[in-house]
Amino acid sequence: MTALTDLTNAGARAGLAKKQFSSEELTEAHVRAVEAARDLNAFITETPDKALEMAKASDARRAKGDGGVLEGIPLAIKDLFCTEGVLTTAGSHILDGFKPTYESTVTANLWRSGAVMLGKTNLDEFAMGSSNMTSYYGPVANPWRRPRGPKGGDNRPLVPGGSSGGSAAAVAARVALGATGTDTGGSIRQPAAFSGIVGLKPTYGRCSRWGIVAFASSLDQAGPMTRTVEDAALMLQAMAGHDPKDSTSVNAPVPDYRKALTGDIRGLKVGIPREYRIDGLAAEIDKLWQQGIAWLRAAGAEPVDISLPHTKYALPTYYIINPAEASSNLARYDGVRFGLRVPGDSLDELYENTRAAGFGKEVRRRVLIGTYVLSAGYYDAYYLKAQKVRALIANDFTEAFKTVDVVLTPSTPSAAFAAGEKMDDPIAMYLNDVFTVTVNLSGLPGISIPAGLSEDGLPLGLQLIGRAFDEETVLRSAHVLEKAADFRRTPAGVT
Amino acid sequence: MPLDRDAVRHIATLARIKVPDGELDAMAKELDGILHWVEQLKEVDTADVAPMTGTVRMALPRRRDEITDGDCRDKILANGPETAHGFFVVPKVVE
Repeated sequence: MTALTDLTNAGARAGLAKKQFSSEELTEAHVRAVEAARDLNAFITETPDKALEMAKASDARRAKGDGGVLEGIPLAIKDLFCTEGVLTTAGSHILDGFKPTYESTVTANLWRSGAVMLGKTNLDEFAMGSSNMTSYYGPVANPWRRPRGPKGGDNRPLVPGGSSGGSAAAVAARVALGATGTDTGGSIRQPAAFSGIVGLKPTYGRCSRWGIVAFASSLDQAGPMTRTVEDAALMLQAMAGHDPKDSTSVNAPVPDYRKALTGDIRGLKVGIPREYRIDGLAAEIDKLWQQGIAWLRAAGAEPVDISLPHTKYALPTYYIINPAEASSNLARYDGVRFGLRVPGDSLDELYENTRAAGFGKEVRRRVLIGTYVLSAGYYDAYYLKAQKVRALIANDFTEAFKTVDVVLTPSTPSAAFAAGEKMDDPIAMYLNDVFTVTVNLSGLPGISIPAGLSEDGLPLGLQLIGRAFDEETVLRSAHVLEKAADFRRTPAGVT
Repeated sequence: MPLDRDAVRHIATLARIKVPDGELDAMAKELDGILHWVEQLKEVDTADVAPMTGTVRMALPRRRDEITDGDCRDKILANGPETAHGFFVVPKVVE
């Protein structure tokens, strides 16, 4: 039998249903795997006792004939989701000791569906980053390494991507059957691509943001990180739904996403945006993209050249809107109501000392930029201008979706890079999100699936983008692409 | 206008983040680099474009103006670094 930690969610559900093993056994195997993989630094907080208690409760429900869509399935939770009574850090010093007295809607939905919590995963501080290097709790190692060639070669630890780096590493290393992520500019899809797993950013409004530490509120969206497309469908099923506590949560029925996985994409029109063939696009990325087009064509879909003319302005637009919203959201960290407090002689000095000590470099940088672009005299030139360009970027997709059903692009401009690279130049780090950020600005659903290996043996992802609230077409085409790519490679140490 | 050390000092005060004098120049250079990069947006014609504040194309829902939550003072105070008599404690603000 397959090791319990190497099952898919779907496989584990089947095993549990046939009573081949209990949730307690499944969870115990994952708790041990979490302990054995501590070198990765994927978790900030492990919750083994809570996991086993939840697993026993799940087994009791199953014995009575009850059970939800994720009944008994052990998951990892990005440490940006507030979890009642369990330390929640956002990867920041400033939330030292913060134990929420409430549960985020998405995690509450997961527990109501029967899932089990293994712990809270590491992330870039306040989800600001593409490498997991900005976490106060230290970097996460990608379970993947470049294979050593006969002459040795570069075998340095690689980043798992970010900001959901701990979640990606945990799923790739087979220590969790799935994990939650959040995606503001690519923070689910980029680490999924770097770690050889599936990452889905749903449409803005599909999953409630209530109880998720707020970063850039018009862009943030929670989603699943899993090893298969079917598992992403299952997890989204449990996470999604209307929540009156989030005014941007959409009151629309949640479809049965697994029913979308028909394997049939005949006649589907797949947009290939010419502007994504950026200057200096790596040959191996372009090759994989062409392969993806060929796979979809072979399955009966019709590739269509499209233009998204404002693509090149997406990153600069994002790096105005994102810091502006972040500077506003992060005003709440004041040393008074929760977390770290550094004393000062006056209230202002207490604020200034606390925020200087509590925020890391990238967070300080973004709060300052955001304060600047929102300040009197600069608001129109920067923030208002960015909001207008954002409208043009979103309109590019609206126009494109009049003729195509889904859009195919690479997920990232490169494979995972070494820990410490790109740290001196913020803009070089920001460029990681060049293919993903347009989707957040437009509020659309996007998925990254592992589709091949780079020349030096690291996973690469392809991204599919859909119409708003059409996760079904995204999942259906991703499922076909997944089958064609037949990506079975696992990181070193996972057999 | 390039972002200089005085501008950084000003926005740091607005953002209530202490930036030591010795770091002002380096921070100014870094932030100025980012602002210079985003200024490429100036080349986009947005004369007739309405600003986009969010992606959800629906009116925000309204609810009845009634109390739906509350009576949870101790929960709110539970994470306060310093509390007393049911309040958060801060340095003296009124002489």
